[in-house]
Amino acid sequence: MSAPVAEHGRRDGALLRLEGVDAFYGDLQALHAVAFEVYEREIAAVVGANAAGKTTTLRVISGTLPSRTGRVIFQGRDLADVPAHRRVDLGIVQVPEGRRLFPFMTVLENLLLGAHTPAARAARDGTLEEVYALFPVLADRRVQLAGSLSGGEQQMLAIGRALMARPRLLMLDEPTLGLAPVFVKRIFEIVRTINERGVTVLLVEQNVRQALALAHRACVLENGRLTLAGPAQAVLADDRLKRAYLGL
Amino acid sequence: MGALPQLVVSTLLLGGIYALIAVGLTLIFGIMRVVNFAHGEFLMLGMYLAFWSFSLWRLDPYVVLVVALPVFFVVGLLSYWLVMKGVIKASHNVQIFTTVGLSIALQNVALVLWTGDYRFVRPWHASEVVRLGGAALNLSQIVAFAVAVAFTGGLMAFMKFTHAGRVMRATAEDREAATLMGIDTERVYRLAWTIGIVCVGVAGVLLSPVYTVYPQAGLQFVLLAYVVVVLGGLGDMRGALFGSLIVAAVETVGAYTLGIAWKEVLYFVLFILVLVFRPAGLFGQRGAETLGM
Repeated sequence: MSAPVAEHGRRDGALLRLEGVDAFYGDLQALHAVAFEVYEREIAAVVGANAAGKTTTLRVISGTLPSRTGRVIFQGRDLADVPAHRRVDLGIVQVPEGRRLFPFMTVLENLLLGAHTPAARAARDGTLEEVYALFPVLADRRVQLAGSLSGGEQQMLAIGRALMARPRLLMLDEPTLGLAPVFVKRIFEIVRTINERGVTVLLVEQNVRQALALAHRACVLENGRLTLAGPAQAVLADDRLKRAYLGL
Repeated sequence: MGALPQLVVSTLLLGGIYALIAVGLTLIFGIMRVVNFAHGEFLMLGMYLAFWSFSLWRLDPYVVLVVALPVFFVVGLLSYWLVMKGVIKASHNVQIFTTVGLSIALQNVALVLWTGDYRFVRPWHASEVVRLGGAALNLSQIVAFAVAVAFTGGLMAFMKFTHAGRVMRATAEDREAATLMGIDTERVYRLAWTIGIVCVGVAGVLLSPVYTVYPQAGLQFVLLAYVVVVLGGLGDMRGALFGSLIVAAVETVGAYTLGIAWKEVLYFVLFILVLVFRPAGLFGQRGAETLGM
């Protein structure tokens, strides 16, 4: 953790801190004592094979899955008593895996729903202009049903909808899964742009090489345990990363 | 066909009332995924509200209508807190038993409090005959229709154009995604339930001058409402509107051509045909009901 990249944003302190998080689906333990930090204005990546616990980690942070032990601390505040929908007020916004749009509602309706918290609603019209500027295709398709968009467009809508909430921490769960290469590149560019505008990003990806090229720091999950963490470049170079994927 | 104008007008009037009952039922189902078997009992409560206001204070049902809105808002909230809140995440079986139990409880409370006597509300407009292009109807029916249509239309506009309406539809489509938008889904369920109860309570008040009031009065209407809701596609409000007109037409024409005893047989045959051939409803997309459309 001594590489210069690790210092990125650290002056501002940890925006998000996980401490010893255990999470279960019924009796099945999905996370074992997971602990890491995300710093202001950085892009942090969580990588790992299928079923390593990446999505579970995001669900614990967004509050849709309670952690059994351990703590999630956001801006110095323990989130244990904050229900999932209240965490959006704090600025924690998740783009879920598989996008989870409202398919029978229009593109515009999906975007407007993103701005549900009082603060986001107050700034709604301005944010909508920003999102349209970032994704012109959404402006063109605003009256279409979300379910009728292509996969790449749907992912853009999912990100746009999340931006409507004016997040401090934007969590993206496999945003490039199943997309054509041209869209994969575009999504990564957009994530960088969003981050450059001051939004902290926590990115979960299977697309390891590209995710680590984009991220400042990264951690690797393996069977629900954190096995490697550090500057993204260092993680990318580490042999243990291959082991995490290939099980060698 | 000298009877045609009468049949058309009767169908429209009946359909409007059925729509108001069905729209609340389909709203509750669409958002909460709960079939409210106690829906008819709230209709009965609306009828009794009109009856007692009329017989104790000579209040016209149309005056009671204004009072019925806040009254049923409170009734809706109370029944949600006391009964529905605890089963919102329970299995369908538990939810069915809960609303059936609520239905039986309300019927019997009404029976104990107000006896099983048939009661009538007869304000002046119930016997005021209006002639409309070869059709004769009483004024109460026309007003009931107008109010029901205004209510149903208002509710549909609310669902389509307001933020709260969008929030409700979003919750119906994907509860977890709605939570991730910062939506308090528990509050959405409470609102959907309450609006549904207000609709059916208002419908009860509107029906009171036209139909007999007794503890099981809700049953005949709510059976119809289930047919309507399935016809239109579960959770589909526009479908409920068309479904109401279809059931009303079957009932009116059937009663005229075959006799009044046949009307239930006819719409249940229609119901079975729809279940066999178009289980997602006449207008529904297959599978859409699981998305709350």
